[in-house]
Amino acid sequence: MTLTAKDVAEIMRLLEQSSFDNLSLEMDGVKLNLQRGSAAPMQPAPAPPVAARQPSKPEPQAPPRARPSSEPGLSEVASPLLGIFYRAPKPGEPPFVEVGSKVNKDTVIGIVEVMKLMNSVHAGITGEVVEILAENGVLVEYGEVLLRVRPEA
Amino acid sequence: MIANRGEIAVRVIRSCKSLGIETVLAASEVDLDSLPARLADRTVCIGPARPSDSYLKVDTIVQAALGVKADAIHPGYGFLSERAALARLCEEEGVIFIGPTSAQIEAVGDKLRARAEAEAAGVPTAPGGPVETVGEAMMLGREIGPPFLIKAVGGGGGRGMKRVDRLEDLPDAMKLAAAEAGAAFGDARVYLERFVARGRHVEVQILGDGEKHVVHAGERDCSVQRRYQKLIEETPAPGLSTDFRARIHEAAVQFAERLSYRGAGTVEFLVDVERDAFYFLEMNARIQVEHPISEAVTGIDLVAEQIAIADGRGLRFKQADIQAQGCAIECRINAEDPARDFHPSPGTVRSAVWPAGDGIRVDTHIVSGARISPFYDSLMAKIIAHGPNRSSALARMRRAIAETRIEGVATNLAFHADVLTDPEFERGGVDTSYVPRFVERRRPSQEVGANG
Repeated sequence: MTLTAKDVAEIMRLLEQSSFDNLSLEMDGVKLNLQRGSAAPMQPAPAPPVAARQPSKPEPQAPPRARPSSEPGLSEVASPLLGIFYRAPKPGEPPFVEVGSKVNKDTVIGIVEVMKLMNSVHAGITGEVVEILAENGVLVEYGEVLLRVRPEA
Repeated sequence: MIANRGEIAVRVIRSCKSLGIETVLAASEVDLDSLPARLADRTVCIGPARPSDSYLKVDTIVQAALGVKADAIHPGYGFLSERAALARLCEEEGVIFIGPTSAQIEAVGDKLRARAEAEAAGVPTAPGGPVETVGEAMMLGREIGPPFLIKAVGGGGGRGMKRVDRLEDLPDAMKLAAAEAGAAFGDARVYLERFVARGRHVEVQILGDGEKHVVHAGERDCSVQRRYQKLIEETPAPGLSTDFRARIHEAAVQFAERLSYRGAGTVEFLVDVERDAFYFLEMNARIQVEHPISEAVTGIDLVAEQIAIADGRGLRFKQADIQAQGCAIECRINAEDPARDFHPSPGTVRSAVWPAGDGIRVDTHIVSGARISPFYDSLMAKIIAHGPNRSSALARMRRAIAETRIEGVATNLAFHADVLTDPEFERGGVDTSYVPRFVERRRPSQEVGANG
């Protein structure tokens, strides 16, 4: 079994959607290194030598990585907690929101479970859902972007 | 998964890396760019900076561990390390807690119960005992004689203690102490002990396999402390006789054996200098800040042993295998200003140059550009000096402190430099009243500030 161009494209798509920055895959003598981020070269980025790090200005805290948004001016709905994200109230039921759904401040867009405690996540903004980033049933971190909304003017 | 931050997170990640163990750091929002976050294989953001919203959330920590499929949680020290609730939830969810059982944490967390366990194990405790009423306190007070210390059962680490010098002051102090303990710890129970005027704080590092096998890795003298915050620790404790040392080691082992203690722990004793006696104080059911000095002289990686024990591999040392070589001393470098009554000085570290060289180890998370958050303790680094004897360890430490350059925040480096050349400290064996006396003595000569 070898990797076809289609496979590679598929793997890249999976990496795009995951919360990881790097992927190394080795199979049947084929070595594949993928790295998120457009400008970076395709090689494992060595961690910068810690002691040599520039005394940089306090940069704003980078929130957990999210794929770049497809259009400017979108608002992000971030997870208020670390936990397991659910898009629907119960397995098998339709999701709270889909791409195209209209939301307002109080619209529930999903649930974050922390040790069997279900916490509703509200949109906190009025507009239309444009992108849904968080997958159903996966761990989301505090501050991780769950979805993006085009705010109503 | 490492459920902690700062230098201890770095410390644990390093041992894991040496052992080929993958690491996930559970970090708050402001720690996502910290050194441990950069060293860990993965970092998950557990919440905002405030510890009660992140590092102290038991459910979130365990959910994070389950979410990343971590086999085990290392709690470090502080935060949730001695909360039975975390150990218990780990037990229920099938996540290995790298530490003692929840029952053991509870047993040593209740100071009165720990005291009773010590008595049952034949370990000496300070004259005293639990007192429920003023009448009982007066009776016990007359028996043991002043000065006294009223301690909250739920306290520890210097919190919830009240000194009483005269028997007639005991009733009022007792009522006040019980009320304060109720408010602070949700537990109004107190006990009375004789106050030891000249005491040294000596603790014994132990490792237990959870099945009654316990070894010790020597003692540490932590008498150089200010308001129960340790500043300098050393091993071996200066000036103890071979016999005294053997007895205090044995007492610690007996105590831990009685609990069938699992993991690394420390049994703290108060050494009564005037009476040449020692009394059980408390047990710390975690890795301690000052553990590296024991590692320096024994050559044991205590974190690796914690992991091995948690992994069910038991004790990999017999007592006879553990031989201490030389002396080691640790200075805690804090972002605090001794010139301003040791006030914390959070901020951005413009540049940090840590010492190196013969016999020097530095455990730190502070690199140039690091931010010291007001939400967390002010410990920046631990400098550990090891030498064949005490004077060589001290000489190395003096050299290391002088080499250290921290810009951007105030530190206690100058304080350490002064203590290390103070004849009283150089002689060795100071008691816990040393730092306050030293600060008094030092005051007139240094009004110009003590920036590191």
